[in-house]
Amino acid sequence: MSEASSSAASASSALVAEYALQLGDDALILSHRLSEWCAHSPELEEDVALANLALDLLGQARTLLTYAGSLEGAGRSEDDLAFLRTEREFRNVLLVEQPNGDFAVTIARQLYFATYQSELYAALCESTDPELAALAAKAVKEVAYHRDHAVQWTLRLGDGTAESHRRMQAALEQLWPYTAELFLADAVASELVASGVAVDPRTLRPAWEASVAGVIEAATLTMPADVWQPRGGRAGKHGEGFGLLLGEMQALHRQYPGARW
Amino acid sequence: MSTGLPLWEVFIRGRRGLSHQHVGSVHASDAEMALRNARDLYTRRGEGVSIWVVPAASVSASSPDEKEPFFDPAADKVYRHPTFYRVPEGVKNL
Repeated sequence: MSEASSSAASASSALVAEYALQLGDDALILSHRLSEWCAHSPELEEDVALANLALDLLGQARTLLTYAGSLEGAGRSEDDLAFLRTEREFRNVLLVEQPNGDFAVTIARQLYFATYQSELYAALCESTDPELAALAAKAVKEVAYHRDHAVQWTLRLGDGTAESHRRMQAALEQLWPYTAELFLADAVASELVASGVAVDPRTLRPAWEASVAGVIEAATLTMPADVWQPRGGRAGKHGEGFGLLLGEMQALHRQYPGARW
Repeated sequence: MSTGLPLWEVFIRGRRGLSHQHVGSVHASDAEMALRNARDLYTRRGEGVSIWVVPAASVSASSPDEKEPFFDPAADKVYRHPTFYRVPEGVKNL
């Protein structure tokens, strides 16, 4: 019996590891995208703001990847997971890997994703997994600020000049298709919902949509219509630009394995 | 690289019971964004519990040319300095 229960426990810890990897990869890849703005932002102040968001996300990614590595039990550290996996092994949703585009595209991506993360972490605070609950309790405050940052900019760009309105609307429409994947329940999440470890992504959609719609309306913009719905990020199927992103993110660690500050 | 956004002076209160101190300035389109920029620039290491931002254009400053009439007369009035009593040990923020 002890053998059976320990194998059940290891099966479930493999699933939790996979779940932590999904959330950790989301944070890691978005953090990297935001860090690409360093020294390229329209204002020095915004440069610091975006770098701050990136650092918050990197902190979440470190906790989650470290946890995933420890559950996996194969001795992989956060660095091994971040820098030595290949494209197909990353579990992030497609939204977070989308290129920065102009500033409006970055803000649209932030609005969609930070609102999703706010809902996700608020629910994950109640997780039966103490590590995930603790991470969520800390991160929920960080992403509330990320959401606020995106909301403030969406309002100003949408209700700003004719050009900023046009760009913000185009950005919302460009990224809208990728939001559907946020609320798909894959096998990992579905398995873990019953035991209260994971949040069912489908339950997050109504609050997310109400929140995003409110901001878009207040910004005098229009909610995008549903068109195609690309998916596959959770299964390791990523876009063309993802290899370049990993190339840049992993180059240093691959050239100088084990490099430390 | 500046796009000419207005300048705001930033004041931070380190903790309860202290007054707000001037810490620097930020560019921002309006007061709400100035508060957020100030949060990101000046409270990264837990420095503050409260932030004020004030349009830099609203600050009236003394002129360096007036330095002598403004400040020199105070220099020789030693009796104005609180140097004639002891400060008890352990008193902070006096």
